[in-house]
Amino acid sequence: MKRLLILGGGTAGTMAANRLAQELDPEEWLITVVDQSKVHYYQPGFLFIPFEIYKKRDVIKPRRDYLAPGVQVIFSEIDVIEPDRNRVRLKEEGRWLSYDFLIIATGTSPHPEETPGLLGPEWYKSIFDFYTIDGAVNLARRLRTWEGGHLVLNIVDMPIKCPVAPLEFIFLADWYFHEQGIRDKVRLTFVTPLSGAFTKPRAAAVLGNMLEERNIELITDYLVERVDPERRVLISYDEREVPYDLLVTIPLNMGSEAIARSGIGDDLNYVPTDKYTLKAREFDNVFVLGDASNVPTSKAGSVAHFMVDVFVPNFLRYIDGLDLKPTFDGHANCYIESGFGKGILIDFNYDVEPLPGKFPLPGLGPFSLLMESVTNHWGKMIFRWMYWHILMRGRTLPMPAQMMMAGKWS
Amino acid sequence: MTREELQAQGIPLDAEGFLADPSRWTPEIARALAREEGIELTDAHWVVIRFAREYYEKNGVSPTLRQISKGAGVPTKALFTLFPKGPAKKVARIAGIPKPAGCV
Repeated sequence: MKRLLILGGGTAGTMAANRLAQELDPEEWLITVVDQSKVHYYQPGFLFIPFEIYKKRDVIKPRRDYLAPGVQVIFSEIDVIEPDRNRVRLKEEGRWLSYDFLIIATGTSPHPEETPGLLGPEWYKSIFDFYTIDGAVNLARRLRTWEGGHLVLNIVDMPIKCPVAPLEFIFLADWYFHEQGIRDKVRLTFVTPLSGAFTKPRAAAVLGNMLEERNIELITDYLVERVDPERRVLISYDEREVPYDLLVTIPLNMGSEAIARSGIGDDLNYVPTDKYTLKAREFDNVFVLGDASNVPTSKAGSVAHFMVDVFVPNFLRYIDGLDLKPTFDGHANCYIESGFGKGILIDFNYDVEPLPGKFPLPGLGPFSLLMESVTNHWGKMIFRWMYWHILMRGRTLPMPAQMMMAGKWS
Repeated sequence: MTREELQAQGIPLDAEGFLADPSRWTPEIARALAREEGIELTDAHWVVIRFAREYYEKNGVSPTLRQISKGAGVPTKALFTLFPKGPAKKVARIAGIPKPAGCV
């Protein structure tokens, strides 16, 4: 019996486990998933909670229900990974699990403690995050009674999970305060370490215009050093101060501490990974899927989905002694909510930046690329259903994993 | 050397002014690119630039500001003094390595 051990039962780990459970002979392979939490969150839904579009119960499911019956599931924190000995120690009773192949899908998470001044008496009073369920729920509570003032959204540093979510947040905030009838009492400012609203030039131009149209101020090249919660100001390394009444922070994102304890990650605990095959650079029987890797593409669910699509056939080749094909192209596909029932879609990879045009998707599309439309908004809303009923069930979407140029205007 | 002179020598820059081919980098090119940014390179700058190139050669990606600060042993605040406004990007450009992946 061979063991495939999967660390992390989130978006990437769940898809990989369920897809491989369909492919691998259960008499030859034991698939084991380890996760510290019994709850599976639909993380893209966190964005909607502060604006009362979703409630907590809309984004939570039991993790076990979404892993195929043949998959062994162990709920425990991971203590340490020992790739040289093909084994992993769990925190639960110090138990050791040995493996023939390992998939690391331990994701990334926000670390507010890395920025002085965020955590403390003002945390969840005038300072909030929305990438955690607690942050999103507490922010919803605060916004319901907020009477206006200066709302500042700050990205501490890149890379972050779902890099378009901060823009969506500020667009939705503009819409939400209109709906509340207090938009004239609210000043909105987007403070980013990037040089524009987004990294890639054409998307940055379009999104930058959308901020301007909505009267949202943009402060760029801003790297926050600390926050003074009493004076309510952000202070950057080059000593620029930005005052706020309500601060929404996207804290520094880091990979799992188990990666750090194991000494197999970079400075932010991401595992060095071949960007075309997704094999860990240092180890021949270890793969890294989703946000846990250091590959230079977005940390996002759509990327995890395309990674799994190319990884599964490649893994089946590999265990039969064939070479890995360098087939992952960094493909990302992101709906960006822009408020007032509209959205934008961007589709890009390692080499091609988001371009305008049409995105064909059988049955649902076409969607407009890099342009606002009502259809894109519905694409985003329908996606929650697709996440639970198609992707997390190990089914595939009728779209290729690699980015297509069809429909794009270059 | 200006951008045009670099191009004329067959050392093209991409649309955002980064060296199109990191293997063509020379210290002379670094000095030229730094001058374009209004920076005169000192020993302190070179420590950072050398670290960035080594990091890129080892990892295949450009280092983030945090990685530069930790790896080269230079506090973030000092990096902002050496390479004002967006040090990670400026270090990468002068070191002839790709724009840091950042958001992508």
